[in-house]
Amino acid sequence: MDDLIVEFLTETNESLEELDLDLVNLEQNPNDKDLLGKIFRLMHTIKGTCGFLSLPRLEKVAHHAENVLGRFRDGDLEVTPGYVTLIFESIDQIKYIVGEIEETGAEPDGDDSALIAKLDAAYEGKDISGESAPAAADAVAEEPQEKEEEAIVVNIVQKDLAPGEVSLEELEAAFAAAPGMDGIVNPADVKEEEPAAAAPPPPPPPTPKKKDEEPEEKSTESKGKSTQTLRVNVDVLEDLMTMVSEMVLTRNQLLQIARAEGETMFSAPLQRLNHVVSDLQEGVMKTRMQPIGNAWSKLPRIIRDLALELNKKIELVMRGQETELDRQVLEMIKDPLTHMVRNSGDHGIEKPAERLAAGKNETGKIVLEAFHEGGHIIIKISDDGKGLSEEKIKNKIISNGLATEEELEEMSTQQIQQFIFKAGFSTAEAVTSVSGRGVSMDVVRTNIEKIGGSIELKSVEGKGSTFTIKIPLTLAIVSALIVETAGEKFAIPQLAVRELVMVSEHSENRIEYIKGSPVFRLRDRLLPLVSLSEVLNLRPSVHLQAFAEDAKKKGPVTKDSEEKESVSVGDGAEDDKTTPRNLYIVIAQVGGYEFGIIVDRVFDTEEIVVKPVAGILKNLKIFSGNTILGDGSVIMILDPNGIAGASGSIDTDLQEDAQTDAVLHADSDKKTSLLLFNVGDNTPKAVPLSLVARLENVKMEDVEYSSGQMMVQYRGTLMPLIPFNSSVQVSHEGEKPVLVFADKVQSMGIIVDEIVDIIEERIDVKLSSTQPGLLGSAIINNHATDVVDIAHFLNGINREWFKDHDDTPFNSDSGVNSGKTKKKLLLVDDSPFFRNMLTPLLSVAGYEVTSLERPADALELREKGAHFDVIISDIEMPEMDGFQFAQHVKSQESRWANTPIVALSSHATPQDIERGRSVGFTQYVAKFDKDTLLNTLAQTLSN
Amino acid sequence: MNAEDIKTNSSSRDYLTVMIADQKFGIPVLQVQDVLREQKVTRIPLAPPEIAGSLNLRGRIVTAIDVRKRLNIKDDNKPKSSMSVVVEHKEELFSLIIDRVGDVLNFNDASFEKNPSTLDQTWRDVSTGIYQLKDELLVVMDVSKLLDNVGGEKI
Repeated sequence: MDDLIVEFLTETNESLEELDLDLVNLEQNPNDKDLLGKIFRLMHTIKGTCGFLSLPRLEKVAHHAENVLGRFRDGDLEVTPGYVTLIFESIDQIKYIVGEIEETGAEPDGDDSALIAKLDAAYEGKDISGESAPAAADAVAEEPQEKEEEAIVVNIVQKDLAPGEVSLEELEAAFAAAPGMDGIVNPADVKEEEPAAAAPPPPPPPTPKKKDEEPEEKSTESKGKSTQTLRVNVDVLEDLMTMVSEMVLTRNQLLQIARAEGETMFSAPLQRLNHVVSDLQEGVMKTRMQPIGNAWSKLPRIIRDLALELNKKIELVMRGQETELDRQVLEMIKDPLTHMVRNSGDHGIEKPAERLAAGKNETGKIVLEAFHEGGHIIIKISDDGKGLSEEKIKNKIISNGLATEEELEEMSTQQIQQFIFKAGFSTAEAVTSVSGRGVSMDVVRTNIEKIGGSIELKSVEGKGSTFTIKIPLTLAIVSALIVETAGEKFAIPQLAVRELVMVSEHSENRIEYIKGSPVFRLRDRLLPLVSLSEVLNLRPSVHLQAFAEDAKKKGPVTKDSEEKESVSVGDGAEDDKTTPRNLYIVIAQVGGYEFGIIVDRVFDTEEIVVKPVAGILKNLKIFSGNTILGDGSVIMILDPNGIAGASGSIDTDLQEDAQTDAVLHADSDKKTSLLLFNVGDNTPKAVPLSLVARLENVKMEDVEYSSGQMMVQYRGTLMPLIPFNSSVQVSHEGEKPVLVFADKVQSMGIIVDEIVDIIEERIDVKLSSTQPGLLGSAIINNHATDVVDIAHFLNGINREWFKDHDDTPFNSDSGVNSGKTKKKLLLVDDSPFFRNMLTPLLSVAGYEVTSLERPADALELREKGAHFDVIISDIEMPEMDGFQFAQHVKSQESRWANTPIVALSSHATPQDIERGRSVGFTQYVAKFDKDTLLNTLAQTLSN
Repeated sequence: MNAEDIKTNSSSRDYLTVMIADQKFGIPVLQVQDVLREQKVTRIPLAPPEIAGSLNLRGRIVTAIDVRKRLNIKDDNKPKSSMSVVVEHKEELFSLIIDRVGDVLNFNDASFEKNPSTLDQTWRDVSTGIYQLKDELLVVMDVSKLLDNVGGEKI
């Protein structure tokens, strides 16, 4: 029999047992919505699975039963005993069919039209409790439950009468007191709990019951065939695991002793013990871990069938099947995953024609991906379909009464999208056998949260959706890379390790330094490096020091530097050969962020069982746990997340965000025109061309000095000049290129050594800089390039030079803040460049600046109760633009309704300004106009 | 000492005596799980200085505390090899590194005194009182207090 079918049968049998119990409970608490939801979902699962195994008969029964349950759940129908009986009947029919499939491998012949007719009648709300429908046409199908009920009652009466002790009145009174329900419930209960073969308890079930039991008996028998697994309590496994670990340690000690002793009489049995223990350890580990691919095996077929059924072209890409996860966790996410992939195919991917019209490939793509990340398993399901329609969701929310229109107005797209996780929510217009009942996402979330996981959704209308499921790895047996730095060993989870690179100063792979921070070029990417010994505050390795030393000298190793560390390395080049100064870079990945960890040595990988660190060390974020190695020593397990965090300049949260936002921001990665120039050192510098007013060649003879400040007469005024840094050679002769920056009437010039080029490139600052005057480093034109913070220079010069003049555009003393507490300013701009550019400028002008990438984040801050004196917002932003953002900010109930908001835009047409005013912007300022911005801010705040 | 303690213990108690820099300390014997010779300890970078590291005690990871550091005792006269006393605190094991372990002694409550008010604050914080022995004094160590404030943080 097909594996899929066997699995389905096992699952279905389990579900059915659960369903019976739940129905009984439901009858006693007909208004229990949770219970109704649960029963409904169970039915839904049975139906859904049937649909893909081509079991049409079974599917039909489940589908109709689900319809009725759906009405119960929605509160349209009241749950009466009669209805419950009907559902029981359907379940029995399902059980019978399931039993037959187990026996023969195929659905039995026959039809269930009578039962379905009753279900449909119930669905339409007709009272069916009085009906006594004829038995189903199927030969083995049981009598309708109503008949059984009558029979039981009759039976009880007969039994009570037989002893002749009870009067009819008493009997009637007793019968009235005991609600009819009991008569149904008890036999049902009994039927469930007693083994089919056991003697029936008193009152003995009436004859019809026997028939009823037939299929049941079959299914219990054959169930033994399909379940070849044994369920073991997790605690037992965990205990086993601990004991095996102990055993391994003891064995290792024994082996060590044996090795020291040489050949003894113990050697042979010890060897045997060694093997057995290894196998045992492996076995116990295996009991808990399974590759996620097991849960995915059904999916290709499901997608294929789905594509056929819906006339779509869908390609399913699966990555990371080998990712192992806890068996229990796997079980729990199996169904949600199936649901979600099905959803992607059904709701997400459009029909080929639609796709072509939207300029997409005819074939839709669903990508299923699993990987480990920082002690979690991440499962991503993404499609390139039509994404979630905000309009549709809104309509549905309103029609379901989940929120009012006004409330929705306040919500961000993301908040609105979250509604799809609410019970009873589906935007599919038609309820199909595939999906659209609003059950799936609710189930998915419930199941995932049950195991302590979380689910996130990112969707862009027209582009597709990505669901990210994060599941914690509880009992984690991970393989870890053992590394050494400063004589101490540490374990790095292998999952975070992308690759290992050996570096030495003579090889092509070498560590380069930008202003003292080590970086590494890995296949055209610039990777920031972190020295493990530095992060851990351990004595830095001699090797690394030597490396840094060399780098300071610039260029290849000179004899001079060799000699300098000859204390540690030895003398001259010859010695150097025998003790090559090699270092290793462990390329690690945290979220979408890659960086290198410099270590002294790399050992083996080892399978380790992560144990939590002592409570006293919990605040050391850099360790995710500790473990005992094979040799019995304790080793600390490093958390790559923590290392990234501890290395200071790297904000892992932002990085993670940046990664998840990648889909949304793909369009916003605009290219910027950059001016490249050189100053004294070898690192090229870049500045956005838009900020540069002119390029001039200034004759050094013309340079004059006034109170130590270099200036030059330029277009009728005096223009201050400053060398970019001290390494720019300023002589008194010849010409020097000068970058002229202009602020309305004022100009200033920065002297550089050489203008290199003007290029179009996306600025992606890889490393932020602590060096004043630099924003950070980026790869531009395949070179590590420093991105210059012009604001720093403008500010520096203005403080000193503009002071004596009347208009002091951005002198911090003249600001609104003199002597008072700093004004709080919120800056929302999707471009990291402008955020980086404006934040220092505004800070220096005396504001306390909070800069955010997305308006949604700002609105979130508002929810959290943050307060700002003024808001500056960009206009062109993905997701939510500045106009929408202003509307949110200025809306009636907004707590920020009175906060002035200033628009910042690169193009300010009169129409834009008009529109800006109408949505509530206080002012509209062009992006590069620093004076106006600062003056406007001061003005706005003083009003 | 409260009345109940005295009743249940017939006014005397057993202590494991340990030596740290010529000072005798007593650890209530019921709290002691193990006494170990010097062990291989894995250093934990970034941890508070009084945390010497962690070690493997029969498959359990034990945090080693340098009691000298904890009590602000200088490392002068530190013996070549130390010993440690394993205690359990809040379901975790700790190994208290001390100089040397002495006998288990029984002390009469009559000789028990509160900490003198002039005693060093750190010591007062981790001691319940002093026993007057014939020719020396014994400081009673309060293991929970000793461990609760390691690194200035509550565990």
